[in-house]
Amino acid sequence: MELFISALTIFVLATFVGFEVITKVPPILHTPLMSGSNAISGITLIGALIAAGAGENILITILGFIAVVFATINVVGGFLVTHRMLKMFKQKD
Amino acid sequence: MNYINTAYLVASALFIIGLRDLSHPRTAMRGNILGATGMLIAVLVTLFAGRIIGYAAILPGIVIGTVIGIIMAQKIPMTAIPQLVALFNGFGGGASVLVAGAAFAEAVVLQAQITKQLAIATAISGLIGAVTFWGSLLAFAKLQGITTEKAVRFPGQSLVNIILGVIILLIGALIVIYPDELWIYWILVALSSILGIMLVLPIGGADMPVIIALLNSYSGLAAAATGFVLSNNILIVSGALVGASGLILTKIMCKAMNRSFANCIFGQQNAAATETKVDDIYTGRVKSSTAEEVAIMLDTARRVVITPGYGMAVAHAQHAVKVLATLLQSRGVEVEFGIHPVAGRMPGHMNVLLAEAEIPYEKLKTMDEINPTFEQTDVVLVIGANDVVNPVARTEPRSPLAGMPILNVDKARSVVVIKRSLSPGFAGIPNPLFAAGNTVMLYGDGRQVVLDLVAAIGEL
Repeated sequence: MELFISALTIFVLATFVGFEVITKVPPILHTPLMSGSNAISGITLIGALIAAGAGENILITILGFIAVVFATINVVGGFLVTHRMLKMFKQKD
Repeated sequence: MNYINTAYLVASALFIIGLRDLSHPRTAMRGNILGATGMLIAVLVTLFAGRIIGYAAILPGIVIGTVIGIIMAQKIPMTAIPQLVALFNGFGGGASVLVAGAAFAEAVVLQAQITKQLAIATAISGLIGAVTFWGSLLAFAKLQGITTEKAVRFPGQSLVNIILGVIILLIGALIVIYPDELWIYWILVALSSILGIMLVLPIGGADMPVIIALLNSYSGLAAAATGFVLSNNILIVSGALVGASGLILTKIMCKAMNRSFANCIFGQQNAAATETKVDDIYTGRVKSSTAEEVAIMLDTARRVVITPGYGMAVAHAQHAVKVLATLLQSRGVEVEFGIHPVAGRMPGHMNVLLAEAEIPYEKLKTMDEINPTFEQTDVVLVIGANDVVNPVARTEPRSPLAGMPILNVDKARSVVVIKRSLSPGFAGIPNPLFAAGNTVMLYGDGRQVVLDLVAAIGEL
């Protein structure tokens, strides 16, 4: 229970931080913000690595393996395509 | 162990700073790189300092995922960004389902004590993750044109969704009561998958920006729920950040369509559309013009505003538009772009396309910036936009568009509408703008018509 409450505290505070940080984003950046934050949500990769590397049993390893593939696509593709978009915005400075 | 958590803390801080930087044009690129750095730190620490026993499943997984990710990110044309983001989103949600399932299975295999919190978090992770995965896949299919882009509705749809939701909640309760029965989790995942599809089915083309933003938020929440399953703070923090940012974008999109949050999410657009006869509005009033005539209008104008819509993306007209804008500017015409918040298929879609065509972002004006300037504008060029410039939003309280903030292009001296036909936009209603006294139509493919205009101006 103790652990759960402290996890919940972190969740709620991080949500507030998220609201505060994002609120004033100009429309011009809506798409890169979405794909960039999307890449960050690929953080599940950490959990996928732990599952795939736990070596407990074959089912867990297979689940972990597929999760690693999915999350890596999310992370690598997300950051790269965001970079590609932002490079186009940058050229005009 | 402690320095793993310290590294996670550093990564979380980098995500927060990265997201902050992503919301300003000048710092956005640095923000993305900071985010990627945070991710790299978190992954490396997990790989080399964590409790990883075998790498046999990890390395091939990373290699396959990286190759696919790189190819997709590099090959995709900018017009297809919405479906790509939807797809990436879906993969994130899918990963959450699998990770939570694996962690749950591990607890069962090790015969560890499964607390209520763990069971609840797993159920939530499975629910949100599966909804995100299948919802995003369907959104991808709709945007890519694999399935119909139209809203699919059938009688009793909401009732079916509510029953489905209740059953999922009951099964979630079963998971908490019988945590050792792993298969119950996968039943929950299967039903949540159906729910994900059901939630996106009634969402049609122009509502896509809302659902993409919402699915973005869900993918964050799924990651956070998985963080609760694993008691892993970095997942909780990052998931909460993304959940919040997706929610803000969803709210902005709903506001731009003057619709409540619930109305947006459940796709209940006012079906009781007004019975306006298309013929009454268009017959004898619509004037069609030629590239030569419009070229003279544009060339003699002092100020031209271009308002693009999804049609510009479909016609891949952004580069031609850039050529036209540059040509007009070189002939002393002031050119700006007016961009409606929900133009296109995802938030900011038009901005990305115009940036790709190397149009300076100072020229891209938001609806609030551009609206007061229309009265001083000589010509507005509407390219592939329809509902977002439909004046009935202001004048007809019973219209499905009523109250939606629009680009007031009809206030300009003249309006040129480039469109393939008079077919209605997503809202399915005729647009009196096309029949207005100061409007002329230029029929044809957006890209070709703009190129014709460029040629015609060149010959003046």
